[in-house]
Amino acid sequence: MPVLSLKGITKTFGAIQALSDVDLTLERGEALGLMGDNGAGKSTLMRIVAGNFPPTAGRIFLEDQAVHFSQPADARRHGIEIVYQDLALCDNLSAAANVFLGRELKRRFGPIRYLDHQAMFDRAAELFAELKSETRPRDLVRQMSGGQRQAVAIARTRLSDPKIVLMDEPTAAISVRQVAEVLDLIRRLKETNHAVILVSHRMPDVFSVCDRVAVLRRGRKVADKPVDKTSPEEVTGLITGAIEAA
Amino acid sequence: MTEVNHAKIDSEIAGKRELTGLQSIVQTQPFWVFVAIMVLGIVMTMVSDVFLTERNMFNVTRNFAFFGIMALGMTAVICTAGIDLSVGSLMGLTGIVTGLVMQAGYGIGLGFLACMGTAALVGLVNGVLIAYLRMAPFVVTLGMLAMARSIAMVLSNNKMIYAFGPDQDLFEWIGGESMMGIPNPVWVLAVLTAVFWWVYRYSTWGRWVFAIGGNKQAAKLAGIPVERVIVSVYVVCSLCAGLAAFLMVGWFGSVTNALGLTYELNVIAATVIGGANLMGGVAYALGAPIGAALMELIRNSLLLAGIDALWQQFFVGLFLILAVLLEQIRNRGRT
Repeated sequence: MPVLSLKGITKTFGAIQALSDVDLTLERGEALGLMGDNGAGKSTLMRIVAGNFPPTAGRIFLEDQAVHFSQPADARRHGIEIVYQDLALCDNLSAAANVFLGRELKRRFGPIRYLDHQAMFDRAAELFAELKSETRPRDLVRQMSGGQRQAVAIARTRLSDPKIVLMDEPTAAISVRQVAEVLDLIRRLKETNHAVILVSHRMPDVFSVCDRVAVLRRGRKVADKPVDKTSPEEVTGLITGAIEAA
Repeated sequence: MTEVNHAKIDSEIAGKRELTGLQSIVQTQPFWVFVAIMVLGIVMTMVSDVFLTERNMFNVTRNFAFFGIMALGMTAVICTAGIDLSVGSLMGLTGIVTGLVMQAGYGIGLGFLACMGTAALVGLVNGVLIAYLRMAPFVVTLGMLAMARSIAMVLSNNKMIYAFGPDQDLFEWIGGESMMGIPNPVWVLAVLTAVFWWVYRYSTWGRWVFAIGGNKQAAKLAGIPVERVIVSVYVVCSLCAGLAAFLMVGWFGSVTNALGLTYELNVIAATVIGGANLMGGVAYALGAPIGAALMELIRNSLLLAGIDALWQQFFVGLFLILAVLLEQIRNRGRT
């Protein structure tokens, strides 16, 4: 039983047809590479699954249960976490504060509930250690490198034990060494039976960690096959339209 | 060509120690404004015989208490990258409402409720227009500045109110007298500052106010009820203005619809001098009383130095501009 299946997802913004009739399935412990040129509809599809906006038509099933998300918190409650392309961090807050944003840990003193800074710092430090990142929980995000920011955004998805992790271009703005770290993390997610959708422009990333690759072109899915049954050349052809479909 | 030693840079970055408590305090603007207050105080003590007298200190602290209370509320608004220009007019409106209710023979309890209720209502209108209809805070509160003052004029029929019914003595005691040698409004300011400090540091609401100022979109995506929080900061700011009006009318022993005229300038200046960033995401609870204190101290110093009172607003404006300039220079150094 697929953990996630999308049936006939269509999205229009006014006159613009961003997605037309996209079907997609995702199994537990599977990493799916979602590829396509700029404007092909990858981010739109991710944002629909993450609950940012509803599809114009089509349905979303989690383990064969139809779901409707009207806001990101709904998707999160159903075990879907997303790392946004722009990371969506607050520069003026500490790394730990960003990790726990909207899900702050609190302590009780009589009727008063207050933020448990120490617990959040400790937990964030554990998460960064798991990610093998040098990010320090008390540092302000403003002062961080691209890789450290990435670690903060990814650490956030590890707070709950999500079923599905969506990553929108997680390796676009970081150094080579940090790319390797992010890819390792994706492998670790797979080993622990999480499902991952990796949106990426980078062919080597997709071919090294993903089990399957799906290609979108102008809002339509033109290919969906295991990575060992295709090649970077074929995928490039599918993205550009040199190959019609596969 | 110079060889870049990446390993060295890496180890230097990793070796950079986290800031200690003291270091992080020294880096904040309220600390430096506090230093400026101390320097100005020492200079004035040497120059003027009157400055350090109990009488003068009593007046200085009481005068800045009203601005400090309003500036506390303003820190929350400015922290979300908003602005509230209506606080001065709101003082006039809430002052008149309080006066009318008490003049009609109702007790101080009802007077206070009417005052705060009016303030909350005005804050709610501001907040809903800004958060849900996505109007610019500047425009909404500028409109409210005009409307609130006008309603105050209509309600008061342009007459002064100086009879406050059965609880007149208590009312005037709260705003005008002191406990343990410290004016009551200063006590209120001290307690409120402690409350704001705690709320900014230890409550989720405080955390969310800062998050919205830092990156509203990210706050929304993290599931924070952004609109509700924005409405709440305008209500809080208005309540502070209402409270300041309540105390001030008690101190004056009378109220006209001109109460609080042009105070919005002083309040915003105090907040910004106290380290709040108009771009949002940075504000200090302690900055509000410290900023208000510096402004009152400058006013008092000019007075004692025999400089014409007509110059006062000039210096308020000058320090506002200097504070923003200082903030920009510090930001440039950071990136």
